Amino acid sequence: MLERKVTKNSALAIFYLLIKISTCASLGQKNSKTGSLALSNSPLTPGIVAGRLPVAALADNFADHTPPLDRHEARVAADRCYFCHDAPCITACPTSIDIPLFIRQIATGTPDAAAKTILAQNILGGMCARVCPTETLCEEACVREAAEGKPVEIGSLQRFATDTLMAKGVHPFTRATPTGRKVAVVGAGPAGLACAHRLAMKGHDVVISDARPKAGGLNEYGIASYKSTNDFAQAEVEWLLQIGGITLHHGKALGRDVQLADLQKDYDAVFLGMGLAGVNALRAGGEEKSNVQNAVDFIATLRQTADKATLPIGRDVVVIGGGMTAVDAAVQSKLLGAENVTIVYRRGQEKMSASGYEQEHATSAGVRIVCNAAPVAVHGDAAVSEVEFAYTEDTANGLTLTAQTFRLKADQVFKAIGQSLTGAPDGLTLSGGKIATDAAGRTSLAGVWAGGDCATGGDDLTVTAVAEGRDAAEDIHAHLSARA
Amino acid sequence: MADLSSNFIGITSPNPFWLASAPPTDKEYNVRRAFDAGWGGVVWKTLGSEGPPIVNVSGPRYGAIWGADRRLLGLNNIELITDRPLQVNLEEIRRVKRDYPDRAMVISLMVPCDEESWKDILHRIEDTGADGVELNFGCPHGMAERGMGSAVGQVPEYIEMVTAWVKHYSKMPCIVKLTPNVTSILPPAMAAKRGGADAVSLINTIKSVTNVDLDHFSPFPMIDGQGSHGGYCGPAVKPIALNMVGEIARHADTRGLPISGIGGVTTWRDAAEFMAMGAGNVQVCTAVMTYGFKIVQEMISGLSQYLDQKQMSLNQLVGRAVPNFVEWQDLNLNYVTKAVISQDDCIKCGRCYAACEDTSHQAIAMSEDRTFTVKDDECVACNLCVNVCPVDNCITMKTLPKGAMDERTGREVGDYANWQTHPNNPSSHAAE
Ligand SMILES: Cc1cc2nc3c(=O)[nH]c(=O)nc-3n(C[C@H](O)[C@H](O)[C@H](O)COP(=O)(O)OP(=O)(O)OC[C@H]3O[C@@H](n4cnc5c(N)ncnc54)[C@H](O)[C@@H]3O)c2cc1C
Ligand SMILES: Cc1cc2nc3c(=O)[nH]c(=O)nc-3n(C[C@H](O)[C@H](O)[C@H](O)COP(=O)(O)O)c2cc1C
Ligand code: SF4
Ligand code: SF4
Ligand code: SF4
Repeated sequence: MLERKVTKNSALAIFYLLIKISTCASLGQKNSKTGSLALSNSPLTPGIVAGRLPVAALADNFADHTPPLDRHEARVAADRCYFCHDAPCITACPTSIDIPLFIRQIATGTPDAAAKTILAQNILGGMCARVCPTETLCEEACVREAAEGKPVEIGSLQRFATDTLMAKGVHPFTRATPTGRKVAVVGAGPAGLACAHRLAMKGHDVVISDARPKAGGLNEYGIASYKSTNDFAQAEVEWLLQIGGITLHHGKALGRDVQLADLQKDYDAVFLGMGLAGVNALRAGGEEKSNVQNAVDFIATLRQTADKATLPIGRDVVVIGGGMTAVDAAVQSKLLGAENVTIVYRRGQEKMSASGYEQEHATSAGVRIVCNAAPVAVHGDAAVSEVEFAYTEDTANGLTLTAQTFRLKADQVFKAIGQSLTGAPDGLTLSGGKIATDAAGRTSLAGVWAGGDCATGGDDLTVTAVAEGRDAAEDIHAHLSARA
Repeated sequence: MADLSSNFIGITSPNPFWLASAPPTDKEYNVRRAFDAGWGGVVWKTLGSEGPPIVNVSGPRYGAIWGADRRLLGLNNIELITDRPLQVNLEEIRRVKRDYPDRAMVISLMVPCDEESWKDILHRIEDTGADGVELNFGCPHGMAERGMGSAVGQVPEYIEMVTAWVKHYSKMPCIVKLTPNVTSILPPAMAAKRGGADAVSLINTIKSVTNVDLDHFSPFPMIDGQGSHGGYCGPAVKPIALNMVGEIARHADTRGLPISGIGGVTTWRDAAEFMAMGAGNVQVCTAVMTYGFKIVQEMISGLSQYLDQKQMSLNQLVGRAVPNFVEWQDLNLNYVTKAVISQDDCIKCGRCYAACEDTSHQAIAMSEDRTFTVKDDECVACNLCVNVCPVDNCITMKTLPKGAMDERTGREVGDYANWQTHPNNPSSHAAE
């Protein structure tokens, strides 16, 4: 289906999308005339309704965004790697995966060994292969990007290797002799899981507490559906836990069900990896009107809904923000069948934290991106009907609103203007709204480490969360070993 | 368009590209299509004596090695000579030659090593109207065990004897196809010349095992759990063939003996190189077995463009590099070059660095920002970096002019002087 692959020619993609939408619309009408149950709604149906697209179109829209390489494709892709000296791709990978080595292992017909090379550095190498913005990480640094503008497909090759191994259910690491030490980990997102796995491998016992009913953090509740299909996040968690020595408690929130002081008392060390559970407010009048929602909540619901045909979505959707969350909320709205989806960002397009690749992904899916505009009011009776924006000026003195305003029709608004740390335990030094840590992940409290989105450093990416969790585990291990 | 028409020992063809005796020339159907595609001539797949036809294995007969993207670099085969009845072959040859009078039709032969067998077959070949014969003294497998092929080609006396029989019983031009499975190619070539051969062709395939099946612990191609050596050909053997062709072309005793160059010819450039090394024409097998007959179009256009650019005739190309094919002891030891990296072309992969640092002369510097530069005071000009760099022409060799300082040795570049006059050579007798 056309949305599945990001085409370079976004104009063309939009054109096709329009064709598709009009086809769907007429199809819907025809069906309702004949009384068929198949499709009663279309992208043109007013309001917030489910089933705007036929079931098959929805299935296609939410299928694997980058289908996996088969064995032949993997061989061909692997052959392109030059096995660089001190390879720049390794430097660019936040978890420093030995990329030339694992690609050579694929090229020589040993994908299991390749997977072990990857996972030894990054235990969530399977998820990272799906969600990493490789175009700004390893693949951007690949020398073949410089040579031909076509990097080695590192992400896809990583997926090929890890999928091959995981499909066999093989867990390639074993625990060291149990040390008798116990470490508490808060949050079962990428940071917490990476930390727990490394600690377990070193022989320590780990107890993870997570506030949500399922583990995985944003891998389970945040990442765009078409990046992580077939319940991969849960499969990966189960696979990871095969190491042994990790106990996982769901529905246990720090500050509500468990207290940091108790963890410090009962465990030899504590790692905090609770991500950013809060959402920033718009601070525009009318924000409380119904159908104005946090983008992350919309995405979480979407991720937890197996049957996308039951998900209601507006006809005119406005997404406010400029990051990956905004793009994912907008694109997935479009994939659900919204007619008009607009991302409005307050600064210039070049300042959007969503990469150029992500922006193109959005526009080629038919999302409109409006820059240099900030919301000033949300209009409507009980529910939103329009959002009013003022154009902005981004000057040396900061962002200012101009007198020029415009309104966008909206029956649904998603706020994606950043997440924030909430409920950080008392006594922890914060910096820029996050838990202050040093390079090893140590916080201001002795015996307490932190990493991932909730901590300073990193880029708020899955892969940096993994790196920080892993490195904190190494430091905890060194610390515990020194004490022994 | 340069004139590519060729006259090789009196056999004319519209271009110097012939198909070597092998599966591509096995039957009328193939050869007609090859001629339609533009091939100048063929050496028909080797014929044996009258009698029950040869039997081939019915399992895999090829093994291979590959480069990146599974590009076939070397092919190994355990196929024998034709497995079709002699009479069928002869009738097909007659028909094809009649319909394609301007193409070269040479018939490869391999019969038992007795005078009667050769006498008998030669008359039957002459009857077909073919242009000449090629004596297959090369196949290194199967036929050799039966006292033919390379079993003959490895014994210069046999080569001379059989060649003499052929020249005695037939007026047809006779090409002797040599096996590379010898310590020196010169004695067999000399023997062919003594026997009266009009030309030699080389190389036939090289004894080889391409790979071992690691599940069944058998060489491949594996026939029911076992494998035997095969004959190796394709791009990988070109360097070996070029050397052998050059050795024959330059040796006083064989100089002037026409050579048909074979072994890994894949592009017009390979063909031109063989011809510069002394081959009057070339024969191709593996390249068409890999890509089909159509490649001849590129060979024709490429060679003619090259000759046009050089303003050279085909004959002027033949042997042009032979005078420069010398022994090591003749090389100028006062010739100094240095590797130079083009920063514009460099993609910063670091392969030159790894190669030079780990295995050569530690003559490449790598900066913090991955800029690679050659240290002239360390570079011995070995060319390894040039060979490992993935970007063509990114690293080149600059020649130091006479009088310039070689920063590595601290000496000025001097006049030509080779090992024979070098002071370190115990047996040198310096001219002055
Ligand atoms: C919509 C969206 C899309 C994204 N897409 C990408 C992408 O494509 N690629 C990419 O690399 N990154 C992406 N990211 C960023 C990435 O998901 C995060 O950087 C990463 O998940 C951070 O991992 P973490 O472990 O620090 O936090 P989280 O993944 O947020 O995990 C934190 C965990 O802690 C739990 N928790 C929270 N509070 C408490 C508490 N008080 N007590 C106990 N448990 C608690 C949560 O339930 C959760 O399981 C995306 C983020 C969002 C929001
Ligand atoms: C499958 C196969 C069969 C061959 N059969 C013969 C043969 O019957 N007679 C012969 O003289 N050479 C035979 N050869 C050798 C080729 O003619 C040629 O000398 C050799 O392959 C090297 O050339 P190339 O590198 O272009 O393939 C055969 C080669 C192959 C691959
Ligand atoms: S930079 Fe590219 S070519 Fe070099 S090792 Fe990494 S993936 Fe391979
Ligand atoms: S030519 Fe040889 S010695 Fe000189 S830089 Fe290259 S690899 Fe090193
Ligand atoms: S091998 Fe070539 S491309 Fe690679 S760093 Fe050296 S000069 Fe540059």
